[in-house]
Amino acid sequence: MESRRGARWWTLWGALILIWAMFPLLWMISLSFKDPNTFRSGAPTFFPKQWVWTNYDTVFSDSLFTSALRNSIGISLLATALAVVVAMFAAYAIARLDFPGKKFLLSMALGIAMFPQAALVGPLFNMWRNLGIYDTWLGLIIPYLTFALPLSIWTMSAFFRQIPWEMEKAAQVDGATAWQAFRKVIVPLAAPGVFTTAILTFFFCWNEFLLAISLTSTDRARTVPAALSFFTGASQFQSPVTAIMAASVVVTIPVVIIVLVFQRRIVAGLTAGAVKG
Amino acid sequence: MAAITMKNIVKQYGDGYLAVNDVSLDVADGEFVILVGPSGCGKSTLLNMIVGLEDITSGEMLIDGNRVNEKRPRDRKLAMVFQNYALYPHLNVFENIAFPLRLKKMPEDEVKARVHEAAETLELTEHLDRKPANLSGGQRQRVAMGRAIVRQADAFLFDEPLSNLDAKLRGQMRTEIARMQRRLGTTTVYVTHDQTEAMTLGDRIAVLRKGLLQQVGSPHQLYEQPVNLFVAGFIGSPPMNFLPGRLGDGQLETPFGTHSVKSERMQRVGKRDLVIFGIRPQDFEDASLLSEEKRQLGQTFKPTVDVTEWLGNELYAYVPYEAPAEITQQLRELERELDSESLRTQLIVALDPASTIRSGSKAELWFDTERMHVFDPATGENLTRNRDQTSGDDQAAGVSVAGPPDETVSG
Repeated sequence: MESRRGARWWTLWGALILIWAMFPLLWMISLSFKDPNTFRSGAPTFFPKQWVWTNYDTVFSDSLFTSALRNSIGISLLATALAVVVAMFAAYAIARLDFPGKKFLLSMALGIAMFPQAALVGPLFNMWRNLGIYDTWLGLIIPYLTFALPLSIWTMSAFFRQIPWEMEKAAQVDGATAWQAFRKVIVPLAAPGVFTTAILTFFFCWNEFLLAISLTSTDRARTVPAALSFFTGASQFQSPVTAIMAASVVVTIPVVIIVLVFQRRIVAGLTAGAVKG
Repeated sequence: MAAITMKNIVKQYGDGYLAVNDVSLDVADGEFVILVGPSGCGKSTLLNMIVGLEDITSGEMLIDGNRVNEKRPRDRKLAMVFQNYALYPHLNVFENIAFPLRLKKMPEDEVKARVHEAAETLELTEHLDRKPANLSGGQRQRVAMGRAIVRQADAFLFDEPLSNLDAKLRGQMRTEIARMQRRLGTTTVYVTHDQTEAMTLGDRIAVLRKGLLQQVGSPHQLYEQPVNLFVAGFIGSPPMNFLPGRLGDGQLETPFGTHSVKSERMQRVGKRDLVIFGIRPQDFEDASLLSEEKRQLGQTFKPTVDVTEWLGNELYAYVPYEAPAEITQQLRELERELDSESLRTQLIVALDPASTIRSGSKAELWFDTERMHVFDPATGENLTRNRDQTSGDDQAAGVSVAGPPDETVSG
C-alpha cells in the first residue's frame, strides 16, 4: 500500500511540474490563434473564442520573418556541422592520445564555456566591422563555434573514452588504416555522442539572441530570435503580440520535432555487448 | 603460414621501464607456442609487438624471414583474438566476421562463402544475424575466432582469450582452440597466465618473468626439468614444495629429518650448507599404502598433518614446518611474484584418495629422492637439472619442434 501511495505522489508531482512548464507554451500557442484585432477586448479567455490563421499568414508574408527563418536554419546547421566535425577530432585526440598540455587545454576549453557573452559583444562588434564580417553569416558562425565547441568537446570525449581501446586495435589488426578504424568503428560507436552534441549545439545556435541582435543589422544575417523583436503587426495600429506568438510557435516546432525524433538515439547506448559485462 | 622469429627483442617505455628484455624466440611454421608468466611479466607486450600494436625498442622481428619492425599491423597479415573479444557492437555476427574481408574490398560472393564456411566450423550459422550484445560469452569468443579464421592469416595471436569465461566454458573453449589449431595448422602464439592452459595447449611453452625469458620447452621439459625456482614454482598445480635444507655427504637434511641418499644426481651437486629442495606434491605417497619393495626405493618421514582436503580423485594434505628466516623471506618473495601468497611455510602433499590420513593425525609419508630437485638459494638455479634429457619431449602433437629444444636465458 505504502508504495502505491508513493507512486501516486510521484505522478502528482510530475503532473504539477508538467503544467508549470507547459503553461507558457500553451499560452503561446493559444495566443497565436487569436484574432489580432480583438484579442484584448472583452473578457479574456485562455483559449481563443474563434480560431484564426491570420497571424500565421501575416508572419509568412512578412519578408522580415522569412529571411530570418532562412538565416536561422542556415547559420544553425552550418555552425552545428562545423562544431561536430571539429569537436569529434579534438575529442578523439583528447580521449586517445597523451600529449603535453592536455589538461591545460581541457580546462581552458571549460573556461571559455564559462565566459560571459555580454563581455564579448562590444569588442566583437568593433572587430567584425573592421574585418568586414559584421552582419554576415560568417560573423555569427564564428562566435557560435567558439561557444559551442568546449561543451561539444567535453561531451564527445566522454563518449570516446567509453569505447574500449581494443576495438581500434582489432580494426587495425583486421587491416584497417587509422582513418578506416576511426570511420568504420569509432564513429558508429560514438554516434549517440555525436547526435547529442549536434542537438545541443543546434539548440544553442537556434535560440541564441544576444550575439544575433548585436552583430547583425539587416535581413542578411538576422536570425529569428533577433528578428522577433523587430516585429510589428499587419498595420501600425495593430498589436504585434499575436504575430510574434505565431512566429515563436514556428521556431519552436523544429526543436520539439528534433527532440522527439532523436531522444531514443540520445538515450540508447550503442556500446552494449562490445565487451564482456 | 609463417614462422615468427624474435631476435633480442627489447621494449623500453618512455619512463625507462623495461617491459621486455632481450627476448629471442623462434616459432616454427605451424607451431603452437604459449607465452606464460605472472601478470606484468611482459607477455602481452611481446604479443603486441609481434602484431605491431607496440613499437619495438630494439631487436628484430621476422615473419617468414622478412623484417616487420617497421610494418604497420595491417601489413603483417596476422589475426588476433583479444581478451575482451573486441567485437564491433554495431555490426551483426556476419558483418563482424566479414569485417577484414570488407576492408580488402573482396567481392560479395567470396565474402559470403568464406563467412559461411567459418561460421559452420564454429557452429555460428544460426547466429549470423544477431548482434554481439545478444550472444553468450562463449559465442562471442567464437565470433572473435571466426574473424581470425576468415582472414586466412599467416598466424593467429591470442591474448588471454579465455580469462573472461567461467571455468566450465573455459575448459570447453580450450579444447576447441586446440582442435581448430590442429586442423588449420596455423602458426599460433598464445598468451596466458594460466599454467593449465599453457600445459594443455602448447607444443612449446615460453616462461617469462619480469620481461626476461626463463625457459622455453615442451610442457614435459618444463614440468620435469625446470631451469630455476621460478619455473618450478610456476608450472604445476598445486605448486612445487620448496623446503630449505642441507646437502651433506650421502645424506640430505630437511625440516622433516635426515635422509640418506645414494643418488648420483645429488652427488654431482656436491656438499652444500644451504639449498632449497623442490618436490612436487604428486611425488609423495602415503607410506602405509605402498608395497615393501617400493618403500625401499625412497625415504619416509612421520609428520603431523595439519589439514586434509579430500577431492574424490585426490587427497591433499598440508604439513606446516619451520624454516630459517632467510629462506622464508626468499620463498615469500617468489610466491608474491607467482601471484600467490600463503600465510605459512607448509608442505602440500597429494595422496591417493584411499589414504586414511585425516586432519590432525600423525602420518607416514614416502617420497623418492630421485624426483627431487635441488636449487641454489642464491641464484635460484636448478642444480640437479639434466641438460641432456630429452626423453620427456612431447612429440604427440605431430609438429616438429624447431629451434633449440631447450634454450635458456639466464636472469
